[in-house]
Amino acid sequence: MTPRTLAQKLVGRACGDPQVQPGDIVTCRVDLAMMHDSGGPRRLKPHLDSLGVRVWDPERIVVVTDHYVPATDEDSARIVRIARDWVREQGIRHFYDEQGICHVVTPSHGHLRPGMFAVGGDSHSCTGGAFGAYMFGIGATEMLGVAVSGEIWLRVPHTIAMEWTGRLPGGVCAKDMMLHMCTRFGMDGGQYEAVEFCGGAVRALSMNERMTLSNMATELGAQAGLIAPDATTVQWLQAAGVPGDALHDMAQWHTDEGAPLLARHRMDAGSLAPQVSAPGSPARAQDATAFAHERLDIAYIGACTGAKLDDLRMAAQVFRGGRKAAAGVRLMVAPASAQDQRQAADEGVLQTLVDAGAELLPNACGACAGYGANTFAPDTTAISTTARNFTGRMGAASSRVFLGSPYTVAASAITGHITDPRELLA
Amino acid sequence: MSTTDAPGRCWVFGDDINTDYLAPGKYMKYGIDAIAQHCLEDVEPRFAREVRAGDLIIAGRNFGAGSSREQAVEVLRHLGVRCVVARSFAGLFYRNGFNLGLPLLQGPAATEAPAWGIAPGAPACLDLEQARLQLPDTQQALQCQPIPPHLLALVTDGGLVPHLRKRIARERLHSAASNP
Repeated sequence: MTPRTLAQKLVGRACGDPQVQPGDIVTCRVDLAMMHDSGGPRRLKPHLDSLGVRVWDPERIVVVTDHYVPATDEDSARIVRIARDWVREQGIRHFYDEQGICHVVTPSHGHLRPGMFAVGGDSHSCTGGAFGAYMFGIGATEMLGVAVSGEIWLRVPHTIAMEWTGRLPGGVCAKDMMLHMCTRFGMDGGQYEAVEFCGGAVRALSMNERMTLSNMATELGAQAGLIAPDATTVQWLQAAGVPGDALHDMAQWHTDEGAPLLARHRMDAGSLAPQVSAPGSPARAQDATAFAHERLDIAYIGACTGAKLDDLRMAAQVFRGGRKAAAGVRLMVAPASAQDQRQAADEGVLQTLVDAGAELLPNACGACAGYGANTFAPDTTAISTTARNFTGRMGAASSRVFLGSPYTVAASAITGHITDPRELLA
Repeated sequence: MSTTDAPGRCWVFGDDINTDYLAPGKYMKYGIDAIAQHCLEDVEPRFAREVRAGDLIIAGRNFGAGSSREQAVEVLRHLGVRCVVARSFAGLFYRNGFNLGLPLLQGPAATEAPAWGIAPGAPACLDLEQARLQLPDTQQALQCQPIPPHLLALVTDGGLVPHLRKRIARERLHSAASNP
């Protein structure tokens, strides 16, 4: 057989034709459909009712409440209530209510594994690519199509390889790699193709860090952000309860030597400095030191992008030794899942953050989605571990949001202005 | 045979018009009518008040970047926007557009002029099947990339929901015929 990319293999398996070529339009069987309270039941239910049909397979659907929880008013309470009633009505067992953000909750309960073809009703669903699954975000109407038929059409993607060689310096992490890539290639650099993160620096990353890369593949404009599974993947998934016999055949899920790529970009992790993106777009990153004059009102550690267990650990590492957020800086921490928060508590990480002055927020999307809870006041300047800083997304249009890694946000909270974390970690 | 619509007015925007501009998060808990009143308010406050049925949007690169929220498409449909012509679209938004029956055209990449020189407010007639925009003021025609056949079929049906309704009715008819 001719050499194939990981994306070709995954899509080929899902559409039943291993020989698919980039550009082919194919119909794929969906192994898993994940949805949340905002784009899921609330939007699907009326259409399913009017079509007079039920979901194709309740066992293949995961529903997570994360956007409107905890409900802050009658409107949001009604939206969450629809989700709770709907899963019962449809016989959906895999329902995670107020347990955290779908992109973290779904894999950490063992629903994802290498080789799968999956969709999610949220743009950051490409997070699943970190596990060697072809997973991507779709809108609610397209999710309705999947819910009814178990199928979806796809243009077989080309692959753009993002190869990172060398070793990340201390205080530099996956978020910095991603802000750098968004800036170098632009928010449409992924051309809605599959991006594959590879090279020694990627293989050296923990599972949570790989998830950060795949998560922001959508900020690169890619459909999927894949990482070939390896021992790190298998170990993490086994701990998440995936049975060992579902994880044997891993070796096939990689890009063959000589498979045709749209492009291969090589980057050196060893020379990367902590990155910060200026307000407006993740594609406006420079070395953190370029923004040292920016004084802050808020340091926000949250979201699927930036508040997983490893993200909390990174932040705590900077606060260690009794460091506290500067007077006048509001330090907000919204751990990405209840499970990550429990583990962080067991390790003392959570206590370090609380001692630093953190205001602990619910395990939910919170201000990142900008849907109501804890959004930023006019003229606020913030630095955040989240994925997007579009004007007005996290609050008032006059609020300015910088993006950085958990290390950088923690260091900036301590000094009160944007700070290269290596100044404090040294 | 191709059909050309009555002229609509062109609203001209730049690059990276994102979903948070189109459907701001803080209004996402409401129905489409409420969200539509705030469509693009952080970019062009006049838009939601003054846009009329049949108007078109002309935009730059990466239109619809960001979220999967399809209210970003739905508001445009709700406000009567006939079509969006952009230099490129974010992939997720592109799929959502056709699923909700909003035609999207990718304009020619070769012309460097912003918005292909189309003036804000200029009248334009759309020929969707030919993927062409006629601009009577300047006698200009903008030839866009043709819409792939499976997406043209979807948008002609009015989007995925009417398309599914047809498919389900067909399947029911078929199973009734085979199980008399």
